[in-house]
Amino acid sequence: MTAGVAGLWVVDLREVALGLGDDCLVLSHRLAEWTTHAPELEEEMALANLALDLLGQARSLLTLAGEADGRDEDHLAYWRDDRDFHNLLLVEQPNGDFAVTMTRQLLFSTFQELLYRGMAAGTEPRLAAIAAKGVMEARYHVEHARLWVQRLGGGTEESHRRMCRALDLLWPYTRELFEPTESWSRAADQGAVPPLSSLEEPWRHSIESLLADSDLEIPGFPAWQSGGRLGRHSEHLGHLLAEMQHLHRSHPNASW
Amino acid sequence: MGGPAEQPDFRSVSHAEDWPLWEVFLRGRRGLSHQHVGSLHAPDPELALQNARDLYTRRGEGVSIWVVRSTEVHASDPDDQGPLFDPPSDKAYRHPTFYSVPEDLQL
Amino acid sequence: MPPTNSDESRDLAFQEAIDADRTVEPRDWMPERYRSTMVRQIAQHAHSEIIGMQPEGNWITRAPSLRRKAILLAKVQDEAGHGLYLYAAAETLGVERRELTELLITGRQKYSSIFNYPTLTWADVGAIGWLVDGAAITNQLALTKTSYGPYARAMVRICREESFHQRQGFELLSELSRGTAAQHEMAQDAVNRWWWPALMMFGPPDTESPNTAQSMAWKIKRVSNDDLRQRFVDMTVPQAQALALDLPDPQLRWNDARDHYDFGPIDWEEFRQVVSGHGACNAQRIAVRRAADEDGAWVREAARAWEGRQSSRTSAA
Repeated sequence: MTAGVAGLWVVDLREVALGLGDDCLVLSHRLAEWTTHAPELEEEMALANLALDLLGQARSLLTLAGEADGRDEDHLAYWRDDRDFHNLLLVEQPNGDFAVTMTRQLLFSTFQELLYRGMAAGTEPRLAAIAAKGVMEARYHVEHARLWVQRLGGGTEESHRRMCRALDLLWPYTRELFEPTESWSRAADQGAVPPLSSLEEPWRHSIESLLADSDLEIPGFPAWQSGGRLGRHSEHLGHLLAEMQHLHRSHPNASW
Repeated sequence: MGGPAEQPDFRSVSHAEDWPLWEVFLRGRRGLSHQHVGSLHAPDPELALQNARDLYTRRGEGVSIWVVRSTEVHASDPDDQGPLFDPPSDKAYRHPTFYSVPEDLQL
Repeated sequence: MPPTNSDESRDLAFQEAIDADRTVEPRDWMPERYRSTMVRQIAQHAHSEIIGMQPEGNWITRAPSLRRKAILLAKVQDEAGHGLYLYAAAETLGVERRELTELLITGRQKYSSIFNYPTLTWADVGAIGWLVDGAAITNQLALTKTSYGPYARAMVRICREESFHQRQGFELLSELSRGTAAQHEMAQDAVNRWWWPALMMFGPPDTESPNTAQSMAWKIKRVSNDDLRQRFVDMTVPQAQALALDLPDPQLRWNDARDHYDFGPIDWEEFRQVVSGHGACNAQRIAVRRAADEDGAWVREAARAWEGRQSSRTSAA
């Protein structure tokens, strides 16, 4: 990094790490909500593993994001309101049934794996290190989601119907995956993160071929929702944060 | 848990949606052969492998997994324990302690 | 059928094998009552692990730090794993997990009553780790030497994995106890509510425990309820002192003559009420389990259907 862009770079690094960290934190929370409700005990184990992996990634990314102004992971997780969260709208969508949860996982983890692959080869060493570890985990999340989408898509009439509904429900939130913020674009120019436009084609191809194998298809309407990265969320995030943050905020200055 | 001999002798009729039982074998990082570690339920081999990974390697216990449908395991009859496992006990010459060597020698 | 000589000699041979500390293995001959006792005990133990996920799971989404959230999530996940190990041990006796689940969600098979108490504050997560897991470990260590092989081996694995559970509870409470006044009060309140139920976890006194004699003879149970309870009290009192928290029993004091702590009378009426279904959360715990089972049926069915289609495709090809 040259000295001339150093000031700018700190802000952009913070933005990028915060957005990715919030994705992980919020999705981890959603997956943890499945605890004691999974369709089978073996799947209870799998969902908890996904949640734990994402929570670990969230902690690394938030720690990195808070470095510049001395805020730790908990400060960032517990003391920001929803307008200051930068996660994708996709990850805050409620769990719905198992078809919705697995569809959300497929759409997100496929994206995350591609993104981490690019970032692991990027020029910012700390982001690269987090991505290098995360990409192994994302790979497994993709595998798990693919197995389930295949089985639900090609299982029974009911599971097929539920999968179609899940795709219709979540597809609108996929446009935002490939819309860079200004910070992202600058970080991409520096070679720290991949340009989001470069991920869209492989992402779409991966999803499309799986759906074709599963008697499913990408919905015929365009994806159009966005705003999460800029702090404009769905109503769901406020409730999620209220639950997540209330105890911590009830005891300011306490340590746990 | 123990060897495949632990498969039950009979199974009652199950629901259409219930998943069959699989036996799980793990090979550790520095391990020798795969070892039986337990069982789980899964609808098919691919999910059985993922479930095994999630259930039996949470603490880095293994780097390679085998799963086998429990019904595919053929076990020895415990009543044959004598005929099957006793005969070697009189073949002491298969064990190194059978042989005397000078005590000050490393062999 | 009247007992024949050969039945009697089998019974005798079985008891001799037990007395010689040989483990009983799934395909070995065993008295029907041994088999049914074992199925019931392992199943109830498995149910306890699975139902036991709920009181702690209640706090995962509200955990007050990300570190604590990760620990709690991992711990509750371990409990699902332990339930799975135990169901697998029960299945070696020729029952299906499905049957056991039905018995649980229709209220025909029990689980540890402790999980029918509510977790009202974050400190309850600590109290469960410290006291409930502490009591469970005392019990489970004794069970690693139980006579049924698959059960004993499951217990070895579970005890190894659970060693962090009690420690995290102790650490959590210690942090609260040394924290703000409100945190200390939260910790003390939780200990006040969980102490007596934890003592009840060892079951009724030996004088009123009808199955103990046979279970001891078969070495299903290796240490009596009262002995385990005493062991737990002796171990826990110094830990409470280290935590700077009081145990809610005015009669608790060291007895030199017995070389043990004396403690006050347990309210067995409360125990009976909770066991017979009148605890704060009995209905709620079962309802959650039943809903998970029912809501998951279409998922399990879809996976089976998909597998069926794959195999028929393969065999047609």
